[in-house]
Amino acid sequence: MELPRYHRLRSTFYRLQASRCAACQATYFPPRPYCLHCGSRNLEELRLSGRGRVLSLTRVYQPSRGFSDGVGTLTALIELPEGLRLIAQLTDVEPAEVETGQEVEMVVRRLRTDEEQGLIVYGYKFRPVVGARAAEGANSA
Amino acid sequence: MRDVSIIGVGQTPVGEHWAHSLRDLGVEATRAALADAGLERPDALFVGNMVSGLLCQQENLATLLADFSGFPGIEALKIEAACASGAAAVRVAQLAVASGAHDLVVAVGIEKMTDLAIDGVTSALATAADADYEAAHGVTFTALNALLMRLYMERYGYTRADFAPFVITAHENAVTNPYAMFRETVTPEDFLNSPMVAEPISILDSSPVCDGAAAVVLCPSDRARSFTEQPVKILASATATDTIGLAPRKDLLWFGAAYESAHRAYRQTGLRPEEVDFFELHDAFTIVSALSLEAACFAERGQGVRFAQECHIHRNGKLPICTQGGLKARGHPVGASGAYQIVEAVNQLRGHGGPNQVANCRVGMAQSIGGMASVAVTHILGV
Amino acid sequence: MSAPSILLRTEHRVGIASYGAYVPRGRIRTEAIAACWGLEQKRVPIRAKSVPGPDEDTATMCIEAAQNALRRVAVAADQIRAVWVGTESKPYAVKPTSTVVAEALGLTPFISAADMEFACKAGSEAMQTAMAYVGSGMARYALAIGMDTAQSRPGDSLEYTAAAGGAAFLFGRAENAVAEVEGSLSYVTDTPDFFRHAHRHYPQHGQRFTGDAAYFHHSQQATRALLDALGRAPQDYRWAVFHQPNPKFVRRLARQLGFTEEQIRPGFLAPAIGNTYAGSSLLGLAAVLDIARPGDRILFTSYGSGAGSDALSLVVTPRIGSLRAGVPRVRDYLERKQEIGDYGVYLRLMKKIHRE
Repeated sequence: MELPRYHRLRSTFYRLQASRCAACQATYFPPRPYCLHCGSRNLEELRLSGRGRVLSLTRVYQPSRGFSDGVGTLTALIELPEGLRLIAQLTDVEPAEVETGQEVEMVVRRLRTDEEQGLIVYGYKFRPVVGARAAEGANSA
Repeated sequence: MRDVSIIGVGQTPVGEHWAHSLRDLGVEATRAALADAGLERPDALFVGNMVSGLLCQQENLATLLADFSGFPGIEALKIEAACASGAAAVRVAQLAVASGAHDLVVAVGIEKMTDLAIDGVTSALATAADADYEAAHGVTFTALNALLMRLYMERYGYTRADFAPFVITAHENAVTNPYAMFRETVTPEDFLNSPMVAEPISILDSSPVCDGAAAVVLCPSDRARSFTEQPVKILASATATDTIGLAPRKDLLWFGAAYESAHRAYRQTGLRPEEVDFFELHDAFTIVSALSLEAACFAERGQGVRFAQECHIHRNGKLPICTQGGLKARGHPVGASGAYQIVEAVNQLRGHGGPNQVANCRVGMAQSIGGMASVAVTHILGV
Repeated sequence: MSAPSILLRTEHRVGIASYGAYVPRGRIRTEAIAACWGLEQKRVPIRAKSVPGPDEDTATMCIEAAQNALRRVAVAADQIRAVWVGTESKPYAVKPTSTVVAEALGLTPFISAADMEFACKAGSEAMQTAMAYVGSGMARYALAIGMDTAQSRPGDSLEYTAAAGGAAFLFGRAENAVAEVEGSLSYVTDTPDFFRHAHRHYPQHGQRFTGDAAYFHHSQQATRALLDALGRAPQDYRWAVFHQPNPKFVRRLARQLGFTEEQIRPGFLAPAIGNTYAGSSLLGLAAVLDIARPGDRILFTSYGSGAGSDALSLVVTPRIGSLRAGVPRVRDYLERKQEIGDYGVYLRLMKKIHRE
C-alpha cells in the first residue's frame, strides 16, 4: 500500500476539500493550482457540502485489483450543488434502489477490499440521503 | 518541415500469444515493417506502449526492442499516451522525420496483456484515468465508459440494442483479416445476451484483452520512391488533450480531444470530413465509436449511433470504419492499436485491403484515443 | 447540594451540547443464524441485529455519528479540544481510531485524541473524560464517542446479539448544554465475566459471572449510589437508559431498580438492533434525546465487562429545541434497513468468509 500517497490525499478523501477561483468563482474537485476558466492561480480552499445528485451510474462486475466485494459494486457520476462533478463508489444501496437523479450524500468509508495488511484507505463514497435530510432534499427538488 | 511518407508496414496476428513474449512480438512487427521497406536498420525507433511495466515488469522497452531487433546503438524511446500510445509513436516518428532529425524511422506499437490475471489488467488499464480521483476509488476504465454510455442513452433515447451495428460490422470485417483475433460474425442476439462487464457495457461492447504489435517505417517523402513503389503520405498528424478526468468536463458527451486533433488534422490537409474515404476509429467500446464519429464531424451530435444504424459504416457505405475488424474484432492490444490502425490504413490506400478493400480510396483517416478520451491522435494518410 | 465524595465533580457545570448517532443499514434476522446452528427459534433473544456494511468499521461509523453531532450546532472546530473513541473493535490494534475521526471532522492538529477500552463501558468512559476536560476548563468542547462493530464466534450465543452502532456526544459548559449533567460516578471492580485475549478474534464469557455478579451487580450499585448521592428516586426520572446486552437483562435490571417499562422504552434499542457494545447505552441516550423535552430528567447507566458501570443524571434544558433539524435521528437509522435473510451473506459481510 502506497502510504505516502494516501497520506497526502487525506484532505480530499476525508473531507472533499475542493478549490474555488478567487477571481471567477469557478470550483474544482480535485483542487487545482490554476483556474481552467480564467487562468488565475489564485485559488482558495473550498469544503464541499457532501450533497449531490446521481447523473449516471454503473454496476461493475469486473473490478480492479483490491476492489472486489464479490457481488459487483456501484460506481456513479455525481453532480454537486457547488457546480462540479465527481466519480465515486455508491454504498449502502442495492442496484435496484438507485436511479439517475437521486439525491445522495457523502460518507467516509473503506475504499478498498484488500486492507487486511497495510494501510486502511478511507475515503469518500456516496449513498442515498438518510432521514430528515432526505425529506429536505425532496422538498427542494 | 519535410513531408513524410510511410514506406513499410508490419504486424503480428492479434490474440493470446502464450508462446510469444513482449520482445518476440515487438521484434517480429519491427522486422516485418523494415523488410516491407527493404531496410535492415533504421536511424531511430519509437515504441508506442502503454503499460509494459505493470503488465510485463518491463520498462526501458525501446532499448530492449532496438537491442533484440538487431540494432543496438540507435536512438530508441518509448512513447506513452495510454491507449493511443501506438499512434503517438507514429506522431513522434513523423515529427522526427519532418524536422530533419532522422531520415529512416520505425514506429512500433506493442502491448502484451495476457501475462497477467484479469483484475491485474483491469488495474493496469485504470492507470490511464486519474490515479488519485478515479482509479483509487475503484473506478475502472469500463466503468467510466459505462457512465458515459448510460448518459448518452438517456440523453438521446437509445437502447443497448441500438449499438449493435458497430459490433456486427467490426466482426464481419475481421472474418477475412488473417491478423484479427475474432474471425467470426456475431448476431444482434449474441450482442443482446452478452454478459455485463459494467452496465450497460457488455463483453461484446468491449474490445478484448490481447497481445500484438504493429509497425510502420517512415522517411522523407522525396526519398520514399527509392524504397517502395507504393509509399503512402502522412498528410496530417495531430495530437490533442482534454481533462484527464471525465467528471470535470463541461460537456460530458463531447470528446474534446478527439474533436481538436481531428480538426487540427483537417486544417493541416485542407480536407473536409466528407473527403475522407474511410475511418479507422477507436472502437474500444461501442460508445467510443459513436462519440468519435461525432467528434470527427462525420455525424451530428447524438447521431453517431444512428449513423451506424443507417449502414454508413459498412465496407460499401458512406464512411467505412474498422475495415479490418477494428479494436473490437481485430483486437485491442492497447498500446499497439494506434499502430495497427495506421498499418491497416496504409494497406487500404495501397490496395492491399484484401476482401475488405475499400474501393477507390485515396484518403484514409485513423484516430486513436487514450484515457477517458483525454488524449487523441489523428492521422490522415493519402496516395 | 451536598457533595458526597463518590460523585465525580467538575469545576464548571457541564452538559451535552450536541449528539449524533449511527447504526449501519444491514440487519440479519436472527432466525437465519438459529437455522444454521440448530437453535430452537423460541430461544433466539432478539429478532434482528445490525450488521455493518463491508466498507464500514468503527472509524467510519464514528465519523458519521460525530458529523451528525457537529451538524446540530454551530461550534467552531478550534473550540473542540478533544476527541475520544470508546470501542472494543478498533480497526487497527495499534493506531488510534480517534485521529482518523479528528482528521475527517477537520479538528486536527491541536486536539487531544485517544481510543479507550473498557469493553462495553468504553463509550461512557469517553463521556466522563470529556466532562472532565470541559469541567476543568481545559477545553471549551470535547467529543466522546462510543462505537462498536461487535465480533462473535460463529455458533456462539453472542452471535445472536453482537451488533454494530453507537453515538457521539459533544460536551460543553452547562450554558451551552441541551442536557446538563447534574451528577455522575463510576463503579468498577475486577470481575472476570468476559474477555478477549490478545491476537484472538473473538471474546469469551467467563463462566457464570455474566449476569448477577457482573451486569446486574455493577449496574445496580452505580445507579443506586448515584441516586443516593443526589437524593433522587427512580420516579424523579422521565427516562432511563441502561447497557443492553439483551432485552431480558435490561427489563430485569429496570425492574430491580424500580424503573418502569415506560421509562426505558425510548432508549431500549436492543430488541431492534441487538447489543452494540460500547455504543449500546450511548445510542440509547441519543434516542432519548431525540424525543426529550426541556425539564426531562434522564438516568443513564452503562456497563462494561471486566467490570464497571458509569452512571449519569442528566436534565434536559430548553436548548434542546435549538438543535438544528435535518440531522438523522436514531429512528431514521432504525428505519433505514436492509434485511439479510441468509446466513452466508451475513458471513460474507462480516468478512468471516471471503473470495480469495
